[in-house]
Amino acid sequence: MAEPRIIIVGAGPAGTRAAEACVQAGIRPIVLDEGRRDGGQIYRRQPDNFTRPYTKLYGTEAPRAQALHETFDGLNDRIDYCPETLVWNIADGHVRTATRTMESALPFDALLLCTGATDRLMPVKGWQFAGSYSLGGAQVALKSQAVSIGHKVVFMGSGPLLYLVASQYVQAGADVVAVLDTAPYSARIKALPDLLAVPSVLWNGVALTLALKRAGVMVRNSVKPLEILGDAADGVSGIRFRVGDGAEQMIACDAVAMGHHLRPETQLADLARCKFAFDPVTRQWLPERDGDGRSSIAGVYLAGDGAKILGARSAEASGRLTALAALGDLGLPVDKGEMASLRGDVGTYAKFARGLATAFPWPAEQAGALPDEAILCRCEGVTAGDLRAVMRETGAKEANRAKAFSRVGMGRCQGRYCGLAAAELIAAQAGIPVERVGRLRGQAPVKPINISIGDTDA
Amino acid sequence: MSAASDVIIVGGGLMGSSAALFLRGHGLSVTLLETDLIGRQASGTNFGNVRRQGRPIHQLPLANRAIDIWRRSRELLGADVEYLQSGHIRVCYRERPELVGSMEDYADKARAEGLDLELLSGNALRDKFPFFGADVLAGSYSATDGHANPRLAAPAFARAAERLGAVIHEHTKIVDAQKIGEDFVVSAADGRTFRAPILLVTAGAWGNALSSQFGEPVPIVPRGPNMSVTEPVPYAILPAVGVMTPVEEETVYFRQVARGNIVLGGSTRGPSFPDQYRAYVEPQNTVSQLKHIRRLAPALGKLNIIRVWSGIEGYLPDSQPVMGPSATTSGLYYAFGFSGSGFQIGPGVGETMAEIIAKGATDIPIAPYTIGRFAKG
Repeated sequence: MAEPRIIIVGAGPAGTRAAEACVQAGIRPIVLDEGRRDGGQIYRRQPDNFTRPYTKLYGTEAPRAQALHETFDGLNDRIDYCPETLVWNIADGHVRTATRTMESALPFDALLLCTGATDRLMPVKGWQFAGSYSLGGAQVALKSQAVSIGHKVVFMGSGPLLYLVASQYVQAGADVVAVLDTAPYSARIKALPDLLAVPSVLWNGVALTLALKRAGVMVRNSVKPLEILGDAADGVSGIRFRVGDGAEQMIACDAVAMGHHLRPETQLADLARCKFAFDPVTRQWLPERDGDGRSSIAGVYLAGDGAKILGARSAEASGRLTALAALGDLGLPVDKGEMASLRGDVGTYAKFARGLATAFPWPAEQAGALPDEAILCRCEGVTAGDLRAVMRETGAKEANRAKAFSRVGMGRCQGRYCGLAAAELIAAQAGIPVERVGRLRGQAPVKPINISIGDTDA
Repeated sequence: MSAASDVIIVGGGLMGSSAALFLRGHGLSVTLLETDLIGRQASGTNFGNVRRQGRPIHQLPLANRAIDIWRRSRELLGADVEYLQSGHIRVCYRERPELVGSMEDYADKARAEGLDLELLSGNALRDKFPFFGADVLAGSYSATDGHANPRLAAPAFARAAERLGAVIHEHTKIVDAQKIGEDFVVSAADGRTFRAPILLVTAGAWGNALSSQFGEPVPIVPRGPNMSVTEPVPYAILPAVGVMTPVEEETVYFRQVARGNIVLGGSTRGPSFPDQYRAYVEPQNTVSQLKHIRRLAPALGKLNIIRVWSGIEGYLPDSQPVMGPSATTSGLYYAFGFSGSGFQIGPGVGETMAEIIAKGATDIPIAPYTIGRFAKG
């Protein structure tokens, strides 16, 4: 029998551990990754000629980052690694890849989607001004290029990344003006039992918050963002907000990094025609999978934050577990005991992730309360008022229908950044649960591809 | 207890929605039944060409009727369906010089039907529209054709019909239709029934399921268009553009919408799945389409595609629709199977079907579309 063809999409924590498991089983997998280097987002590697040490780049997670990178480097001649390669579509047992204008169709017996996550964003009036970044974007600027997004930076939103990136900016010497958390402090207390599932990560989080306060950074909870001030010419100039029901406050700044935890990049699972189900805890649609990462489509497996946000440590475990499941399904011998132990690890991280979702809730009501003039879809410049007017005129209250009539989610990002907030706004306006709004259907390409794709002369 | 009206329309695409509007104009009560949502398949996912040139000459009276409706669509519908009368160009390539003769011949015949076309050499074309590639030999320019937004059109017709009193039921899947006495009784999957003396089937790729119940099966094949759209760029390309060629892969077309995005279509058509209400774009078809777009307009090669899509269209073997009365059953009418070419004529089809139903006759020639052409023996 020919060697089974395993394709892994993504070279972050899940993809790296999946590739390692394949190599250990004697299989040479193909690893496709959009990044210039392996490591994914959380363990993003700096460019070759940069020399900052691990502790500086990854803080408490430095040993894990280093171990992961060393593992990947060790696999080098035993995998087919394609960096800067976009998987833009999946059909008929092939993934379709684009590397600049080169296009290929790669057949697979097992496809492991380790596609990672991006920021989950809640629009705020003024978020289209230059100087507004996602938390992830702000972190990439620092980690990869050693630059800050501004001179005076405000971090706003909720979730562990809010505190992590803010403290990384402080350590790098940036002027962090404030950390504005939309979650009430009481939510953290409520989440404590679940958060205690992984005490070391919980402690890291507490330490980050304390370090920020020690550095003199203003940290506020129960924040209601009102507006990012600025103009189209000069970008961000400040931020307006309330704390609880308190008086309106204003802070001057020239950059804002915002985000509410993360959302999985599920478009490839969608194009592979996997079934999705609504997750009421995070209020997102997620691809269905069994405990070992099998999707509803035979031969397609899902691991890491690309399937559900459980964090980097869980991604390493689920990447390995899912690879073992795939190898087993292909008839190769796998260690059942190890799989059981990995399942236990993933379960523990899942409990912790549920705690995070409770501690840093997605402020769904903020979408419904967006003022009419606030831009909701930045790609297409559609305001909250535009969408509401379309709903009144046409009666549309299903996500794809509202998109077709209003252009919300129809632009360059295909709703990856505004889609979840748009669904909340539709639900609020129509007075229906957000799951009834449905989800935007995934359509190729996953990210924009050039018209010259496949042109061998280009 | 079944809901009763003068006319039941099964199928809420552009044909059914516009027929509902014009039937209300004739004072008939209308119930429009749609399996899913109005205008979601062929009507909502097609290229959006409001193009008369290139249609069979016998179809031009219908196309002319339609263009009058498109021109007054804003007033008629109370909504903007992004209709732009910005021209349409059909071009041919160097290796097929014989097509220039076909273009001239077509232009002569079209003129007699009121459609004026201007033939331009490749260089004259490139002077006027510098985006054309060197392989373009000649073109036929129709200043009075254009394009519109398919996502918006059928729903706007349906809303206008509803405002005039048409009753519309979405999410109503029809599983049975029979004539009992003087009335048609139409049953939905959830058990609801609807009753009317007249039944109009505008069910696109699903039309055969109903025509078969009246002993008139047609060899309809479901397929899906192959569509792509670029990121928005400054609005510069006014006319819709298409290639005249006998080779399916070369048959590509594009148009730029006022927002700036360029919509690309054609090359090949994919499979579609009427039972699942989904059609998928095959990646190979996207790659093939982009290759032929680069030949037609090399400058577009620098742009990025942000989305592809498809939908479910019904094709008949002669690429002509079924349109007109049933050959077996009085009170039964059809307008489906527009074979990927129904968008421009859609409102004209609705108005013509309403006229046939309300008045019993029309001046629009519809003989080529009789369902009887598929009768056995």
